[in-house]
Amino acid sequence: MITAGAVDDLPVGESVRVSTPDGAIAVFNADGEFYAIDDTCSHQDASLSEGWLEGCFVECPLHAASFDLRTGVPTCLPAKKAVRTYPVVVQDGVIHVDTRSREAVA
Amino acid sequence: MRTIAVVGASLAGLRSVQELRTQGFDGRVVVIGEEVHAPYDRPPLSKAFLAGTLPAEELTLADEDFGAEWRLGVRADRVDPHAGEIHLSTGEVVRADGLVIATGGRPRTLPGTEALAGVHTLRTLDDAVALRADLQPGSRVVVVGAGWIGAEVASTCRSLGLDVTVVEAAPVPMARALGPVLGSLCADLHADHGVDLRLGVGVESYLGNGTRVTGVVLRDGSRLPADVVVAGIGMEPATDWLHGSGLALDHGVLCDHGCVTGIPSVVAVGDVARYRTPDGTHVRHEHWTNASEQPVVAVRNLLAGTTLDTFRPSGYVWSDQYGVRLQLAGETTGADEVAVIDGSPDDRKFVAEFRRAGLPVGVLAMNNPKLFGRMRRQLAVV
Repeated sequence: MITAGAVDDLPVGESVRVSTPDGAIAVFNADGEFYAIDDTCSHQDASLSEGWLEGCFVECPLHAASFDLRTGVPTCLPAKKAVRTYPVVVQDGVIHVDTRSREAVA
Repeated sequence: MRTIAVVGASLAGLRSVQELRTQGFDGRVVVIGEEVHAPYDRPPLSKAFLAGTLPAEELTLADEDFGAEWRLGVRADRVDPHAGEIHLSTGEVVRADGLVIATGGRPRTLPGTEALAGVHTLRTLDDAVALRADLQPGSRVVVVGAGWIGAEVASTCRSLGLDVTVVEAAPVPMARALGPVLGSLCADLHADHGVDLRLGVGVESYLGNGTRVTGVVLRDGSRLPADVVVAGIGMEPATDWLHGSGLALDHGVLCDHGCVTGIPSVVAVGDVARYRTPDGTHVRHEHWTNASEQPVVAVRNLLAGTTLDTFRPSGYVWSDQYGVRLQLAGETTGADEVAVIDGSPDDRKFVAEFRRAGLPVGVLAMNNPKLFGRMRRQLAVV
């Protein structure tokens, strides 16, 4: 588990980038639901936490590939590969991201 | 419609095929592409691919064929739209009742360099492979033209440790798109990274040793030694194969506000399409986003048999050069005011707004994609 900060610091429509030793994770507040995905776009080097959030989709800030936050799957070019998604748990007003899936495949 | 031919198999052609299927066309689709390669992404050709950090396999744009017949390595030589016949370089004739023209363009070449090795243009994968093979340790590179491609090639060559001179005939690079102040900032980027930038001077001639280029002579008399010369002086839309077709051509394929030509069963998309804007002028865009967006509208109108939808460009352009991410959207050429609204150009991190009569019509950002993304969605429609 990694900590992505306080719920109060991530209002609706906002995102935060969390650095981890295995690569950054982007955490989003999409209309009150929290989602966590790999921060780096699967197409080219761009930070999805800086992207445009619309519903459950984030548009890459660089080349406008759009990713479904629930599945990590891109909906249009130029991205073709999915980004990884991670479970998010909110406890005592703090957002936690479960990154165990990374260890499982490592 | 039972058969639709898409001529041109780069981004605009591929996106047209995708849109045909997405919008429910289940008939025969024949794609004719002059290059032997399946559709690939061109922007990295001047950046990561040229630098050698991105392999060619990673450029592939699609993993499926969308049930289309892909005729790659074949040219369309001419078309008879009324008869619905496309004549191929193989001598075959493809019969289709709908046509998408997505032939893009060809880079302009430097006059007087036809017989010289070491002189390059950069548009296709093969161009990039050839240029990369020529970039040897110690190569002295002269880039002619300080537009997007020229700047990116110069940046990549510098990252490879090569000596680079950029020659630009205009006094300020990118001035038409960015204006004099922000254009000067692009000049500063070159200078920051050790590029010898020669502004306001044209090329007089090219020197060679009989087979290979050895230098460039400028109009002011200066001589630049060169092992490699790269032309970044724009492109010409590829319309030669359409002469005699009856389609209206004028620096591109002329079409209406929905990318439809004078013949309702023929549409044009991407770099080659010169469409009518609300003020009655015709414009063409030579950018990735345009090639990706236009097919949505063009295919809808093609399938409808009439112009139902109007194309509205996002005007989004990006460039990566010298480790700086530049993003541009909207209309900048008609602005009467430019204001930096966040950050500072000196820090190479800022957002500038282009205004017309007080309304935001364009935005340029350097190293600030988040704010850029918000601002481009607030631009006034012009």
